[in-house]
Amino acid sequence: MSSSSLEVSTPMEEEGIEAIETWNVGEQQELEGDEGSKLSIALDINSTCAKVAFFIISKSMNSPTPQFVPSRLGIYEPIHQTGIWGENFKSNGNPNTSTSVIVEVDNKLENESETTSHEMLAPSNNYEQEASKPIDKIQRRLAQNREAARKSRLRKKAYVQQLENSRLKLIQLEQELQRARQQGLYMGGVLEGSHIGFSGTVNSEDSVGIAAFEMEYGRWVDVQHRQICELRTALNAHISDIELRILVESGMGHYFELFRMKSTVAKADVFYVISGVWKTSAERFFSWIGGFRPSELLKVLVPQLDPLTEQQILEVCNLKQSCQQAEDALSQGMEKLQETVSSTVAGGPVDEVSYIPQVATAMEKLEALVSFVNQADHLRQETLQQMSRILTTRQAARGLLALGEYFHRLRALSTLWATRPSEPSLP
Amino acid sequence: MDKVMRLASEKDVVVFSKSSCCLCYAITILFQELGVTSTVHEIDQDPEGREMEKTLVRLGCNAPVPAIFVGGRLVGSTNEVMSLHLSGGLIPMLKPYQTWC
Repeated sequence: MSSSSLEVSTPMEEEGIEAIETWNVGEQQELEGDEGSKLSIALDINSTCAKVAFFIISKSMNSPTPQFVPSRLGIYEPIHQTGIWGENFKSNGNPNTSTSVIVEVDNKLENESETTSHEMLAPSNNYEQEASKPIDKIQRRLAQNREAARKSRLRKKAYVQQLENSRLKLIQLEQELQRARQQGLYMGGVLEGSHIGFSGTVNSEDSVGIAAFEMEYGRWVDVQHRQICELRTALNAHISDIELRILVESGMGHYFELFRMKSTVAKADVFYVISGVWKTSAERFFSWIGGFRPSELLKVLVPQLDPLTEQQILEVCNLKQSCQQAEDALSQGMEKLQETVSSTVAGGPVDEVSYIPQVATAMEKLEALVSFVNQADHLRQETLQQMSRILTTRQAARGLLALGEYFHRLRALSTLWATRPSEPSLP
Repeated sequence: MDKVMRLASEKDVVVFSKSSCCLCYAITILFQELGVTSTVHEIDQDPEGREMEKTLVRLGCNAPVPAIFVGGRLVGSTNEVMSLHLSGGLIPMLKPYQTWC
């Protein structure tokens, strides 16, 4: 049953019919849904009220519930009224009412016999019986209908608003799920440890950059492992310094490659780099501005390098100190950045709804985070290069082996930790 | 050009900065650690700031700030200072200007 089956001929009714049609677009479903309130939907139009009321009833017939009963009785009346109304108006010579209203209602009733119940047919029989109802009762009824219609419109508006919000939320969640799956796909097969990649709310370009990094990093770790094995074999085999130099250069270059990769992905999402989520859990424990501490690196390396000459010991000592000083300076800079961003975000009155200015300013300040990550990586690179300069080829090869083995063990620790048997719960 | 060079040669260790720049702050902390009092000029607070920024870029600083001058001569930006320090070249450069309290 649809409004198109209601044929309108008079211009007077077009206004109402227009209302019906706009009302019906996409709303027929709604009508079938929410029973009680929908029945009280009666558009605020005058003489075509009956047509609308009829429409409502015919639709509501499809899903009868107890709630319908009182409403039906209420709605029925307009039809009775209209029947009489038409008669009354006719007798008053009112040109606005057309006999066609009544006639069409009657036709409607006949046409829709399949979908209407007996109760529905009842009013048509009662038309003649109710002929004596007074006009002011009709007016009151119309006013009530108008009020009910208005309330319904407001309710509907709120409901639609709610639906729209839910729809947007759903789209957002689907997108996040898609991204998480995409990253889970790369992470699962490639990295040790049991961490989940997250991207928060980055846009799709950034997630492509992150996904690409994760794949590359997986390969990086594999190559790293291969290089460590080669170094171990080479050192045990006592190959020439020249050949060893090649391995050292390629090992150093491999680290520099990582810093380049990180620099690229930091532009896409610096928080991703800083979070260390791309590393295993034990590595993350030692994380400092998105990577290992240069001073930590030296602590791991130096014991493996004995024997060192006096000159070398001095130079290594100086390197340790300057490294520590540079690290401290960057750490304090990061703290300052945290303070700045924090006070910016917290600034402004909290009883105002709009926080856009604070957040926008904080965004600008956060750009500095990329510089810090780059500086930290620069420090790591410089530390490695200085060590390479201070040490002999053989020592450098041992150093790279020690460093690579250290991180390999940290990754193994992460895996072991993730798969440790869970402790039995205490009674 | 003039203002930058003028300010740079006025004091021993000069750092051109911006008020919101935390990396610039990190550099001043490093100098402090090394016993050097650096003079900081915040170019975003300077009426000729835009010109100064252009000058610094022209002189070779990719990021205009921080720009570090020691003894009136441009050392560079954060990268250069850090590399210099790790290679052991920064302290000798700062030695004449170190003021230990």
